[in-house]
Amino acid sequence: MSTDMVSVTIDGVPIQVAKGTMIIEAAKQAGVVVPHYCYHPSLPSPAVCRMCLVEVEKAPKLMPACVTAVADGQVVQVNSPVAKKAREGVLEFLLINHPLDCPICDQAGECELQDFVFQEGRWGSRYDDYPKRYAPVEDFGPDVLYVPNRCILCTRCVRFMESVAGDSVLEVYERGDRAFIGIDPEHALDHPWSGNVVDLCPVGSLISKDFLHKARAWELDKTASICPGCTQGCNMTIDTRDSAVVRLRPRPNLDVNRHFMCDTGRADYRWMNRGDRLEAPLWRDAAGVHACDWDAALDRLASLVAGADGAVVVLAGGRASCESIGWTLQLAGRRRRAAAMKVPMGIEAPIGLVPNLALRRERAANLEGGRLLGLSTDWVGAIALLPGTALAIVLDVDLDDADVLALEAAAHVVHFAAVLDPRMHGADLVLPIATLAEEQGVFVNRDQRAQRYLPAKSAPGMARPAWWIASQGWARAEANRRAPTTASEAFGMLEPFAGLTYRDLGLTGCTVGAGIAGAAR
Amino acid sequence: MGYPHPIHPKETPVLSKHFGEVAARTYAGWVERGGYAALRKALGMAPDDIINEVKASGLRGRGGAGFPTGMKWSFMPKDDGRPHYLCCNADESEPGTFKDREILRWTPHALIEGCAIAQLAIRAATTYIYIRGEFTEPYHILRRAVDEAYANGVLGANALGSGKRIDIVVHRGAGAYICGEETAMMNSIEGRRGNPRIKPPFPAVAGLFGMPTTINNVETLAAVPAIINGGAAWYSKLSLSSPKSAGTKLISVCGHVQRPGTYEITLGLPMKELIYDLCGGLHPGRTLKAVIPGGASVPIMTPEEVETCPTDYEGIVAHGSMLGSGGMIVMDDTTDLVYVIMRLARFFAHESCSQCTNCREGTAWTTRVLERLLAGEGKASDLDLLLDLAENMTGKTICVLSDSCAAPVVSGIQKFRADFDACLNGSRAVVTVGA
Repeated sequence: MSTDMVSVTIDGVPIQVAKGTMIIEAAKQAGVVVPHYCYHPSLPSPAVCRMCLVEVEKAPKLMPACVTAVADGQVVQVNSPVAKKAREGVLEFLLINHPLDCPICDQAGECELQDFVFQEGRWGSRYDDYPKRYAPVEDFGPDVLYVPNRCILCTRCVRFMESVAGDSVLEVYERGDRAFIGIDPEHALDHPWSGNVVDLCPVGSLISKDFLHKARAWELDKTASICPGCTQGCNMTIDTRDSAVVRLRPRPNLDVNRHFMCDTGRADYRWMNRGDRLEAPLWRDAAGVHACDWDAALDRLASLVAGADGAVVVLAGGRASCESIGWTLQLAGRRRRAAAMKVPMGIEAPIGLVPNLALRRERAANLEGGRLLGLSTDWVGAIALLPGTALAIVLDVDLDDADVLALEAAAHVVHFAAVLDPRMHGADLVLPIATLAEEQGVFVNRDQRAQRYLPAKSAPGMARPAWWIASQGWARAEANRRAPTTASEAFGMLEPFAGLTYRDLGLTGCTVGAGIAGAAR
Repeated sequence: MGYPHPIHPKETPVLSKHFGEVAARTYAGWVERGGYAALRKALGMAPDDIINEVKASGLRGRGGAGFPTGMKWSFMPKDDGRPHYLCCNADESEPGTFKDREILRWTPHALIEGCAIAQLAIRAATTYIYIRGEFTEPYHILRRAVDEAYANGVLGANALGSGKRIDIVVHRGAGAYICGEETAMMNSIEGRRGNPRIKPPFPAVAGLFGMPTTINNVETLAAVPAIINGGAAWYSKLSLSSPKSAGTKLISVCGHVQRPGTYEITLGLPMKELIYDLCGGLHPGRTLKAVIPGGASVPIMTPEEVETCPTDYEGIVAHGSMLGSGGMIVMDDTTDLVYVIMRLARFFAHESCSQCTNCREGTAWTTRVLERLLAGEGKASDLDLLLDLAENMTGKTICVLSDSCAAPVVSGIQKFRADFDACLNGSRAVVTVGA
């Protein structure tokens, strides 16, 4: 056994953990959840909720598991009668002023107070004769409402704003049972990352205006995904209700975004629910535009590529997956003269006090993946090559008018699009593609970390992932070509990711490309 | 001296010798009375020698916990290259306690001298004296004394010509009882909300501004010059209970006695003598009902317990309570004890910092149940409820404020059950409690 490890026994489970680990984290490794409110792995621990008191052998009194480090040979009881009685007492205290308005509370179903009270609270309250404390709802900022009645004063929000965002606009005001979370009267809760306080709040005290009364927690389907907003690549969960995306929340990944996500990324989901989606492939001839089935569309795609008499230009958007970019480039083949990604730029918004975590200027999730696969960022240069180009392949790009105008100079245009762009009436073939919420794929973030996202809902009509369309078109263009049958295969067949499978990436990703080489050095 | 009364023959005036002498407040007057001789002596001593002297004297913390002072000082790291701090706790807010106030009002230079000596012992250049916000007069007197000490070269870059820097900063509180808790006090000095901190780390490791810090009570520090002057053996022998409880202690007595005031007694003096001789006993025709010997946070004592109790740390513990801060509240048979306990609980509910769930909600709930009892609306189960709440509030929180709220409730119900039963069976007048 290494000297950096200690042996402890938690609820009878012997484990070895690193020295200095707090009991609450050691218990997780032993498979024991210590109920808690104020503790959060990404925040400093104040040990104020007193929920995580556990029995430590030889200690004179119960110890807070969140700030008590393990010691070698320690025996900890999380579920002993004494510890349970203490938790029952805390839960009763928390409930004397907490309204039982769960039926109208957004948090119900994912509320830690509700969960632990059902798990081990007492049946009924002895605080029967008194009215509960009441204070009106307060508007804290652009997306956050504060419901003081439900607040259990765990102070996670205060600590997030102070120690993570570095913008201390929240503080505990007053004392005793009159205390509440107050906001600096001169400021609003408008830090670019302030929406995280809603996720951090263990009860329904801080709630999102955007999500208010939209869904009950138990109606939501949750899908692991990656935020397409910028090159940071924050891990997120897509919450869908009846195949509509209703909320994006951060998914923990200590190497990328810890437990956080910026407000810009959080709010950017409405495009996933568009009702005017392209549902069938469209092709144009002298007689006009015709809808067709995939067999006909793929044949047309193959013949357009095979018949291209001259250079091919590929124009890709920042949300296209590695699979889609890779197979589109494969489709373009050797006649490709230029391939560029359009990278919209914005203002960098760091979270504050967490290193290497920001809403990045480059608002293209897969910028790094595109680079690894051979895309340049010289958009203007690629556009300039369009006159005289035999075929332009446009892959899921937000085109501006100038781009559209320039595309008219290309002999033929194939447009991979989720929504029909009325300005692109000159396109020879428009192929309906699935969006981030509807397909599997991989983004490579700015630190060369390849991360998977999963489909949260089904694609409308005949829409398919772009990699599938491109690889099928590629296979039909020449005999003896075999297209990949799964997304994982489509990923592993790409040269920069050769040999990797989705299983290797897991759900929190791994480093690829120069990052791997760097690690090897 | 039993300020504001003349010295009683059974008192042992060491700290209180000059109470009531206006001239002792001034630098000149203090020097005339032998002031700053101890500091001069200490400037010639090695830090460890000062610590050993104080250790040998048996001086224990006078703020309430009674921790040996010399040992506390010896926890400070040596030669660690970081700045050290001394905090003087002058946030005397324990209900019934007003002993530090007299030191601050009459002999502020004794405190300054004690701070300076303690600074030498713990190798700290700066002392923060955290003075209670409501202490307006004591603040101005202390402020003037500190200014005078600077003007006369006692404090500053070259203290008494020794070449050593000794600074004292007087910091006024804003009226929160909890800021008398040492870690909350450090937060308050740092400009944060006065919430107690989790220990560990202990202040001697990471205290004020994250640096090694010692926190001592006013009375503790004021006793240090006397120890340096008179010697550890002399100080220790002042007590009847030496060596466990050494020296003298200021006891501020209030309530139903004929001469309430601040008395300096030798530790171990029978509590009965303190009440009946020094304080002149109860008012005529009254009998003793209860005594809170050490500020609102300690258990209540019955007359039987008082009968045989010596006034020292161990003696009072053996008799069911604690010496605490030495703020003694004497109550005679006219006292409504349930009301007293409700009033204490309401105080703690008002002063809870709101950090810990058990304290924030428990103190307020306890108060409400006691109010209900007084109003004649109590239920038979209320006493069990109070005891269960007290159990949930004891030993479960960061600091001991909620334990302090529970202590009088538990001891009250255990020792004065009849008073509580009277509330329940309707044999007493209903008290409607104003907010």
